[in-house]
Amino acid sequence: MKKTYRIEVDCGNCANKMEIAAGKVEGVASATVNFMTQKLIIEFHEDVQPSTVMEQVRKACKKVVSDCEIYI
Amino acid sequence: MTGKQKKMLLRILLATACMIPLFFLPLQGALKFLLYLIPYGIVGYDILWNALKGIRNGQIFDENFLMAVATLGALVLGITKTGDYMEAVAVMLFYQIGELFQSVAVGKSRRSIAALMDLHPDYANIEADGELKAVDPEEIAVGSIIVVQPGERIPIDGVVTEGQSTLDAAALTGESLPRSASIGDEVLSGCINLSGVLKVKTTKEFGESTVSRIMELVENASSHKSHSERFISKFARYYTPCVCISALLLAVLPPLVQLLIGKSAVWGDWLYRALTFLVISCPCALVISIPLTFFAGLGGASKAGILIKGSNYLEALSKAKTFVFDKTGTLTQGVFQVSGIYPTELSSSQLLEYAVLAESSSSHPISKSLQAAYSLPIDRSRVKNILEVSGKGIQAEVYGKVIHVGNSGLMEEFSIPYPEVTEASTIVHIAIDRTYAGYILISDKLKPGSKDAVKALKDHGVRQTILLSGDRQAVASAVGRQLNMDKSYGELLPGDKVQQVEQLLTLNQAKETLVFVGDGLNDAPVLSRADIGIAMGALGSDAAIEAADIVLMDDDPRKLPTALRLAKRCMGIVYQNIVFAIGIKLLCLLLGAIGIANMWLAIFADVGVMVLAVLNAIRALFIKQYDRKEEMKHDEH
Repeated sequence: MKKTYRIEVDCGNCANKMEIAAGKVEGVASATVNFMTQKLIIEFHEDVQPSTVMEQVRKACKKVVSDCEIYI
Repeated sequence: MTGKQKKMLLRILLATACMIPLFFLPLQGALKFLLYLIPYGIVGYDILWNALKGIRNGQIFDENFLMAVATLGALVLGITKTGDYMEAVAVMLFYQIGELFQSVAVGKSRRSIAALMDLHPDYANIEADGELKAVDPEEIAVGSIIVVQPGERIPIDGVVTEGQSTLDAAALTGESLPRSASIGDEVLSGCINLSGVLKVKTTKEFGESTVSRIMELVENASSHKSHSERFISKFARYYTPCVCISALLLAVLPPLVQLLIGKSAVWGDWLYRALTFLVISCPCALVISIPLTFFAGLGGASKAGILIKGSNYLEALSKAKTFVFDKTGTLTQGVFQVSGIYPTELSSSQLLEYAVLAESSSSHPISKSLQAAYSLPIDRSRVKNILEVSGKGIQAEVYGKVIHVGNSGLMEEFSIPYPEVTEASTIVHIAIDRTYAGYILISDKLKPGSKDAVKALKDHGVRQTILLSGDRQAVASAVGRQLNMDKSYGELLPGDKVQQVEQLLTLNQAKETLVFVGDGLNDAPVLSRADIGIAMGALGSDAAIEAADIVLMDDDPRKLPTALRLAKRCMGIVYQNIVFAIGIKLLCLLLGAIGIANMWLAIFADVGVMVLAVLNAIRALFIKQYDRKEEMKHDEH
């Protein structure tokens, strides 16, 4: 399952960091941050609840880039 | 500017205002230090705060942390040694100016490029009780009547049921000449209605309409990252830690070595040089400018009516060395025309008349082209006993004579001797009362831009152009010769085309790519097999938009060199930015290590590189088209 989320991030490098952090969250098969369109595209593993995974993704991203925002 | 950016600007101005009097006042000691802390705090408090948060989260290679260490270090050096605090504050100030510039410039270009690609209609008008009501286009069911007023964008694909107008399809096709639309015409969403009010019966749902499909494609495009983008992300991941470790080594090793060889350590000097390293440690210029270049390139392309499905395809296209073309509908118009009439005894018009009458009830493209060439009205009462011989032609009675019209197979079937014709077109033989009467040549016309396109591709470094066709070899060769193609292969079934392309792919050297260009109608397998599949004239054809990597919105082959040039230019800018940004950084590191570059220079270089890289990236947006200037001029007269 693939879902797209709107994000807010200021610098390109921060976007890269978010991408790496989000990709490591359990339940996430792959994560792509599109800095230019300010979007986070997450591919979830089967049988996971996107909303619970996304809470973790947000936490992980906030940890590496404190002033980022993900609109779930 | 957003609220966040305005606040930042205010802080920068305030800090600058504080610094000017400080620079001229003859202050000394602790008072001087404390006064300098004011602008430092104003402009840098968020950096310090974020640095603290970063440490708590274990992010030591965070830009905020590095800037905090660099400037705090410079302040400490000021207290212990130089007594100069200006540098630390200035570095922080310029860093913030750079960040602000980046955020404003990138945000602005991002929005303007996105707006360029944004064709989303916000509403659709429906008529209820004699009044127009604007509703969400998603709510419109198939078969509803929508009203499109002048100046509005058509929200959903449909057929005109009332009204007459001209449409501007520039946003879809890049073609600036308006086209007319009247009752019964199919209209595509995304076009702007220029003159009259149109009532349109929708034929698709909003989500299935052209404009929605294109938007979906465009929005996903920059998520397909190119090799260069991946390289930069990877580089950025290692660059910062590397610079930080070298900074640490620079601060510790040389003084120790000097101690060992019995000289004084000069800890302060080496610490200063290490701090200079930290100032240059942010990879921002690179990280920002490469995706921005691709984004601008994709934006510029879509402005020209070329949809590229991802940065990776843009990159691959720039390395294209082999272009393989489908013939019919791609390089030719796919419209057949009579190109010659060769009777044995009759006059040309008589021969044509017999052929047209015999074929009058057929809807085959060949009989249509015969009818198009025959300008007089057709009297069908003259034709009797029409018998179609499948795949070969027609037997009919015209003016009481038995007429055979068809290919050589038909002549053979009825044992009519016929001459061998070597012309490179479709040949229609005609026999009257079983006596050979002559033949008519029918050929497909080349598109006006085909020859220019092939030549321009060659000029841009394409090594090989190849024509594939299902048509007879003679026809394929003739078209290939006319267009100066390197090779032409005829008599290919769709499956054979895939095989040909696969064979060509094995011949290609690494890092060179093969492009297949088709009209997207029946070549989906080939489109997906080639390195890059380009579908042209794909407006409204879902299958083609799906199968191709690059979609040309109209069928002008001159868009191909435009796309190639754009891709090359875009990659050129990408490489310039990579080399330029990495080069300047390395130079600064070197100069900083040997003590020539101070912190001022480092921060100027850092911010300057970023500004230039961002401005350079925006250049990818502007492209010159191989357009129809000549024809336009002609029309104006």
